[in-house]
Amino acid sequence: MNTPEPATVRAVAVSKIFNPDKANQVDALIDVDLTVEPGELVSLIGPSGCGKSTLLRLIANLIEPTSGELAVNGKSARQARLDQDYGMAFQQAGLFEWRTVARNIELPLELRKWSKAERRARASEMLELVKLGEFANHHPWELSGGMQQRVAIARALSFRPRMLLMDEPFGALDEMTREHMQAELLRICSETGTTVVFVTHSIPEAVYLSNRVVVMSPRPGRIVRVVDVPLGRRDDDTRESAEFFKKITEVREALRGTEGGGDLGPAEVERLRHAGGDLR
Amino acid sequence: MMAKARLRSRMAQIGPPIVVAAVLIGLWEAFVKARDIQPFLLPAPSLIWDQFWAFDDKIWEATKVSGTNALVGLVFGTAAGVLGALVASRFRLFRDMALPVAAALNTMPIIALAPMFNNMFSSTSPVPRRLVVTIVVFFPVFLNILKGLTQVDATHVELMRSYASSDSHVLRKLRLPNALPFLFTSLKIAASLAVIAAVVAEYFGGAQNGLGSRITSAVSNSANGRAWAYVVAACALGLTFYLISLVLERLAMPWQAKRRGAT
Repeated sequence: MNTPEPATVRAVAVSKIFNPDKANQVDALIDVDLTVEPGELVSLIGPSGCGKSTLLRLIANLIEPTSGELAVNGKSARQARLDQDYGMAFQQAGLFEWRTVARNIELPLELRKWSKAERRARASEMLELVKLGEFANHHPWELSGGMQQRVAIARALSFRPRMLLMDEPFGALDEMTREHMQAELLRICSETGTTVVFVTHSIPEAVYLSNRVVVMSPRPGRIVRVVDVPLGRRDDDTRESAEFFKKITEVREALRGTEGGGDLGPAEVERLRHAGGDLR
Repeated sequence: MMAKARLRSRMAQIGPPIVVAAVLIGLWEAFVKARDIQPFLLPAPSLIWDQFWAFDDKIWEATKVSGTNALVGLVFGTAAGVLGALVASRFRLFRDMALPVAAALNTMPIIALAPMFNNMFSSTSPVPRRLVVTIVVFFPVFLNILKGLTQVDATHVELMRSYASSDSHVLRKLRLPNALPFLFTSLKIAASLAVIAAVVAEYFGGAQNGLGSRITSAVSNSANGRAWAYVVAACALGLTFYLISLVLERLAMPWQAKRRGAT
């Protein structure tokens, strides 16, 4: 702990504009500043079109920013992708249906030219981690949606990246499975010490999972508020605690934004001032 | 219990079509007998059956000739289709130029080229028939494989990019396995087409040794029952090709068969 670790994600004034100077120009993200420290779990939340998925894809270097600086693990986002500093999970589990569960988890290891024995060993280790040990030789369609997502998470973590990028990974799951998966994710992250950036449109999910909730607003996509969530260790009681609901209310009010009433974040006030009388 | 249940479901699957076929043949036989239809108009199934076994040596020889032509054309056409699709999936410009042309050519009766090809080669050469089959097979294979190589799940593409994988990795780990079901879909179409093309191409002259030539010569000799016996052989040949491609599909993609069994 002598040399301070570089921030896992450091975005300074990052903007992403699709189709610039064309009729269909979209200001997906304007002037975003975001820092994610190692070991943190940060959620990005906001209505559709707020640029939360765009921000995640910028961090993943699946797309390039139009302007601004973006560093991941102290290097460029591109270099971090080439070094495979992160694993990624999407709303669709995105498993290859022609591969068994175990061989899906082995895919990133194959690309890294691991030997067969090493891949086998790691895959079964990961399957134990997500508690799907007995499903190694099943095919994806034989698994429920929640189980498929667990395989996707095991695949994303198989090469032990320091960061996990997740794009609404539990969005397609039913509420019960979803809560179970949230608890599983927290357990896995505390066991592996993985940093997580998590995109969601569910307020309770964001509050339950995160150290910090980044609230975003659309047109143009930007960060309006960052809500700290110092709830300590999560368990089932957390979901029924007064602080949990207080934080949910806080995030909800930040999301309402323009409807006024509650306390607006400084960025939101600024945005309203720029928007003039247009309060939609 | 499992095996018994599976046998019963298999019987339920193949039983009805066999019954339908038997009834149709029975009606045909009864119709011909009752109305006293002349064999040169429509021979009875029993006559075709007799003719089939009277000429079984010759039918077998002709089937081997046409079958070889169809097989050679199928192999070359499939290989060309796969290669063409690989190139087209790699080079966007080529794809944009080639795809509409291929789609248009696919709708044309390529078999009509047979007489021209016959003129290009010696009269006993099997090459013109095989060439027709190759071209007939090429287009459905090319179009289907190209679809399989390019219509890849967007999540899978992002996933592979997140792994910083090279183009060749994306091809081998994602695009090729994704195209495999498309290959067999096109192969099942192409296998039947290959037999049709090989037989019909013989109608336009050239060597007189295949099923198509036998059918035309039997008809011109008013040996209608014999002609129909050759037609039956042609049908059996087409069915054989189709079933073989079905078996290949099962072997190459066991997970698909397993999935169909599961749902």
